[in-house]
Amino acid sequence: MDKPVNQRAWILVLPVVVLVAFSSVIPMMTVVNYSFQDTFGGNEFFWVGLDWYRELLQSERLWDALGRQILFSVIILLIEIPLGILVALCMPKKGWTASLYLVLIALPLLIPYNVVGTIWQIFGRSDIGLLGRVVSDMGISYNYAQNAFDAWVTVIAMDVWHWTSLVALLSYAGLRSIPNAYYQAAKIDQASRWSVFRYIELPKMRGVLIIAVLLRFMDSFMIYTEPFVLTGGGPGNATTFLSIDLVKMALGQFDLGPAAAFSLMYFLVILFISYVFYTVMITTDKGEAKQ
Amino acid sequence: MREDHAAGKRMPKIRLSAVIMIAYLLFLLVPIYWLVSMSFKSNSEILNSFTLFPDSFTFKNYQTILTDPSWYMGYVNSFIYVSLNTVIALLVALPAAYAFSRYRFYGDNHLFFWLLTNRMAPPAVFALPFFQLYSSVSLFDTHIAVALAHCLFNVPLAVWILEGFMRGIPREIDETAFIDGYGFAQFFTRIFIPMITPGIGVTAFFCFMFSWVELLLSRTLTSVDAKPITATMTRTVSASGLDWGVLAAAGVLTIIPGAIVIYFVRSYIAKGFAMGRV
Amino acid sequence: MEWMAWTWPTALFFAGIAVALTVLALLHMKYPSTARTGALGIETMRGDRFFIALLGSAFINLAWIGLVDAPQYGALIVCGLFALCVFRWV
Repeated sequence: MDKPVNQRAWILVLPVVVLVAFSSVIPMMTVVNYSFQDTFGGNEFFWVGLDWYRELLQSERLWDALGRQILFSVIILLIEIPLGILVALCMPKKGWTASLYLVLIALPLLIPYNVVGTIWQIFGRSDIGLLGRVVSDMGISYNYAQNAFDAWVTVIAMDVWHWTSLVALLSYAGLRSIPNAYYQAAKIDQASRWSVFRYIELPKMRGVLIIAVLLRFMDSFMIYTEPFVLTGGGPGNATTFLSIDLVKMALGQFDLGPAAAFSLMYFLVILFISYVFYTVMITTDKGEAKQ
Repeated sequence: MREDHAAGKRMPKIRLSAVIMIAYLLFLLVPIYWLVSMSFKSNSEILNSFTLFPDSFTFKNYQTILTDPSWYMGYVNSFIYVSLNTVIALLVALPAAYAFSRYRFYGDNHLFFWLLTNRMAPPAVFALPFFQLYSSVSLFDTHIAVALAHCLFNVPLAVWILEGFMRGIPREIDETAFIDGYGFAQFFTRIFIPMITPGIGVTAFFCFMFSWVELLLSRTLTSVDAKPITATMTRTVSASGLDWGVLAAAGVLTIIPGAIVIYFVRSYIAKGFAMGRV
Repeated sequence: MEWMAWTWPTALFFAGIAVALTVLALLHMKYPSTARTGALGIETMRGDRFFIALLGSAFINLAWIGLVDAPQYGALIVCGLFALCVFRWV
């Protein structure tokens, strides 16, 4: 079953390599170059060595944004992964309802990110939004534009709304690949619902769940558009996540040097996390192949 | 007797899962409903009275969008670069995915990982250098610039999904075709591509979607001529006073293409997600 | 190319990486590296170890900037040791 070795396959891969190198290697090199230099407008650059890194690493700004980012991503994973699995378990397995549910569930994934922001902006405002109005009428003061806690709740609700379906669809696909014989065997053993889940479904979903965690972690780690539209990073800096802060620095203030240093450190963190996930994925794949 | 017992036990469980499903769907659909209903209200109704259904049902918001070039050109621009991007991504990804699914070669795993990192990298990191890059080759504010920029994440994505689909096709088919005297190009276009049409459809769908929903890069790389609808929407929010009705209508119109496309690929959608890799 | 704002040190850095990748590729053709499971419990080839060493070095440098108030070549020495360890045991 092993694939044959064929070095000419490189010819087939070459267009992708060239295109992606153009889109990623050249910009990355530029970022590295900028991060060691200062510029006074125009194209005059001065070598400043590691000053930008020192400044950023010793400023609160980067660490605060990183802290908020990690907290956000962890909360997102803790809510979306179990909820997604639950929804997948509740999905009907066949019939017209199955495809109807699939389409409806996939709907939030297809909405442009900024429109997701707009939907929740409209939905959450206490003057014109259904959610804001209902919550206010219940006597709870709620205003995502003024109160940091409310802003967090709204951003998290928005992300759960937007992306839980992805976890659900992935888990659903994983569930569907389980042969019926497993369930019948469990029935004969009179296994409880919980043990069916724990010993049959969960192990079989492991592969897709790793992918789900990877995607949700990475995408929430680079979240930009939705909170940008909803809260603009506010109130204050309460929802200023890494990408929002970076864009503020890079395109708002056009501080090439610090923004580049920021980008590079951001990218290194991403690279590290990706590598860990990729290694886990490959190891699981191999483990499953051996079984 | 046992059958009855089992059925009796299962009845409430089915109901519980239906309740969860319905609650989840409500959670998903109510915000969308609010957007749709708002798009049929006049701005004064939105601001002055709080109604669950549009009181005075109006198409005026849609009329504004479909008659004002600064609005509808946004959709046209988005369509142009999204289609360009999908075509480019598919063209380069097809042979590469074939190579990954069929052969081993120097550095294949590392190459795959490198592609993955580009899917995972935050667009915010690339916004500034892309701006400088495309300005320097005077492609700033063109459709092709945005299409190429979106290749950063769509090409790896396309390779990934296509590789998953191609792996499912037995290698014997290739070998038989080569023995029958087909050249590689002939085999690839005549035999192999028709066999993975669903895969190509799903891939095109995801490339289309991810390019369609992206805001940061497309906004950074355009100003007037190629300005996408997503950027038009955010700029309107910040510039003039808020016309919520028009904004909602614009939002509804951006959802429609996705809803249409998903209808066509609905039976493959779960498989596409499971390939991976999205 | 002007917009990329090249400088000698960064150019040398990237040239170094390019050379290292070429050398690794040539080495692999001459003496194919075999996968082994090291201290981290993962299977690695020569290229993986190179990547781990490089990525780790980047973080060591950053930590040095942030935590230690000493000249940067100190970090480079640590990186060298780290790379040796990675190639020996991982």
